[in-house]
Amino acid sequence: MKHYLQVVWVILWKDLRIELRSKDVFTSMAVFAVLAVMIFNFAFELRVPDKTVVIPGVLWVTVTFSGILGLGRAFISEKDRGSMAGLLLAPVDRSAIYFGKMLASLVFILVVEAFLLPLMVVFFNTNFLSLPLLLILFLGTLGFAVVGSIFSALAVNTRTREILLPVLLFPIMLPVLMAGIRATIGFMEGDTLADMMKWFRLIFFFDILYVVVAYLTFDYVVEE
Amino acid sequence: MTLSRSLLRILNVIALIGMLLAVYMALIQAPDAVNVDPSIRPAQRIIYFHVPSAWSSMLAFLVAFVSSILYLVTKHIRWDIWARSASELGIAFTIAAVISGSLWAKPAWNTYWTWDPRLTTYTIVLLLYIAYFMLRGAIDEPSRRARLAAVYGIFAFLSVPLTFMSIRWWNTIHPVIVDAPSNENKFGLGPNMLQAFGVTNLAFLLLFVALLANRISLGWAEERLEALKDRLHF
Amino acid sequence: MSTALIEVRALRKAFGRQRVLKGIDLSIAAGSSVVIFGPNGAGKTTFLRILATLSKPTSGEVRISGVNVKDNPEGIRQYLGLVTHAPLLYEDLTAQENLRFYARLYGMKDAEPRIQELLERVGLWHRRHDLVRTFSRGMVQRMAIARALLHNPPILLLDEPDTGLDPQAAEMMTGLLREIGGSQRTILMTTHHLERGLELADRVLILVGGRIVFDQRADAISYERLRPIYDEYVGEGAVT
Repeated sequence: MKHYLQVVWVILWKDLRIELRSKDVFTSMAVFAVLAVMIFNFAFELRVPDKTVVIPGVLWVTVTFSGILGLGRAFISEKDRGSMAGLLLAPVDRSAIYFGKMLASLVFILVVEAFLLPLMVVFFNTNFLSLPLLLILFLGTLGFAVVGSIFSALAVNTRTREILLPVLLFPIMLPVLMAGIRATIGFMEGDTLADMMKWFRLIFFFDILYVVVAYLTFDYVVEE
Repeated sequence: MTLSRSLLRILNVIALIGMLLAVYMALIQAPDAVNVDPSIRPAQRIIYFHVPSAWSSMLAFLVAFVSSILYLVTKHIRWDIWARSASELGIAFTIAAVISGSLWAKPAWNTYWTWDPRLTTYTIVLLLYIAYFMLRGAIDEPSRRARLAAVYGIFAFLSVPLTFMSIRWWNTIHPVIVDAPSNENKFGLGPNMLQAFGVTNLAFLLLFVALLANRISLGWAEERLEALKDRLHF
Repeated sequence: MSTALIEVRALRKAFGRQRVLKGIDLSIAAGSSVVIFGPNGAGKTTFLRILATLSKPTSGEVRISGVNVKDNPEGIRQYLGLVTHAPLLYEDLTAQENLRFYARLYGMKDAEPRIQELLERVGLWHRRHDLVRTFSRGMVQRMAIARALLHNPPILLLDEPDTGLDPQAAEMMTGLLREIGGSQRTILMTTHHLERGLELADRVLILVGGRIVFDQRADAISYERLRPIYDEYVGEGAVT
């Protein structure tokens, strides 16, 4: 068990280390996120009486679209460098590799969010941030990383790879997006945490369910 | 193994008779729905087609889900053939359900499309299983294709209830422009129509079983053809 | 119990309908150096990948020290080192960071002295703080050998380690392998290069069309005798 956690941690550490050096993934995710927010801003500016009403949708859609850039790279980088075999040779249950890669993707997306949120506060000129909102954003991002990471490992073995990943991922992510957007609307309109509890429960259940399924199926995804 | 050819033929004939009976029951035997507006009474009869299609599609996806799990456990090609056959049928029945639902919506609610939880969920399900076949199409090596498709099939099936819940909760909070039917009675199903409803459902179940058996038998034929091609160095 | 370290019984592997390995039986004694020759597509890589637990056989079994690999793949991996044409290294990590990463994957304690020892042995200690992306192909391949030997595995699997190396680098690698092979380590290597392979081997196998068609002690056969035999099998293999 100690070795298992060590492997999870060292894969996370390795991905962060490489990202700090190359900044490939983070830069493209962040630039994409800024562009998306600006485009949404222009798209809604003249047609929507109060721009703040589109914040929940813009936030979740931007997170989803920029997140998929990072998720797509997660396993492609291992596969193309041939280093995937090196990970699979580790004398440990292979789900440890999944959890290491998943946590790395989670950190990437959270960092992009940490950059995106203040930017949106400035662009939309409204402070819509609150603790419950950050919490549901975290839970939603977790679900996104959980499912996205295993689909990234799956898509990397196909001919179409990056094109396929969003097609596989988005229909399954729908409950998280619905719950996330709905709860964000609620918090911006001053609803209490108790009112929004069912959305938390939905995302929480989604996260738990798919962590378990990913844990059980990852070995089948990477075996030959 | 695959059903013998004569058994398959008998099954096909039974399913055909069942469907002919279903058409008779739905269009002629069943009385008009008196509790709905007279202008949509003919349209109401679509329920005998729409609801069994929806149930058959869910049954198909359940079969695909179980087969996917069995494939991962046993690695036997039979379960891959089952999973892909059932998923295909699921798509066909889902399209039938979405289109018939939409056709009913036009006279009843004056729109082809509503964000009714069931209709929306079915459309998402359609996209899920189109993605399933895109995944299959993007992998050349048969055992890898079967393995990865099985994993996706499991994820896809489990997401269906979550999607349904999220859309339903969304709609109950927001005002809905068009009032969706909250139960079957609003579809106009009186007790004197239950007979026709039961027969059509049973007929669709038979149709589903017959189509699945045929599709699986076709799947085996495809496998044999590929094996023959290999042997002849095609 | 037999004395063989690696026991392969009726091993078959098919990718869908394409049969790559068609029944391999082989026992390898501890401490031996076995070289497998064969043309492209003969199944050499697939065979080594199965031994390395990266691929699962369709049927048949592999036992290492009497343990069926299927029963405990995690435990078996501790005993294996693998060198492939891909170096399995991260270009954006330094030489030292790469080895530290692998040391932790293998759960090694106090890996630093071992890392230093290996980097010195492959002549890259002075470059330990440089990113692997700045290394030449030969240096990368030496790093790959250091990486594979890091956890001191009793079995070393090499899948065409000389591919893409210039003759000089390949020569250096052969010397390195002979030196660190020692008498305890069991080495299993595939290559196209008959001369270089013979230098290292004490047993020679030829794998064609998913079957082992030739198996002899290396000291009983010279390059001049092996060449025509190999050409004959490979020519035959191309037809079937």
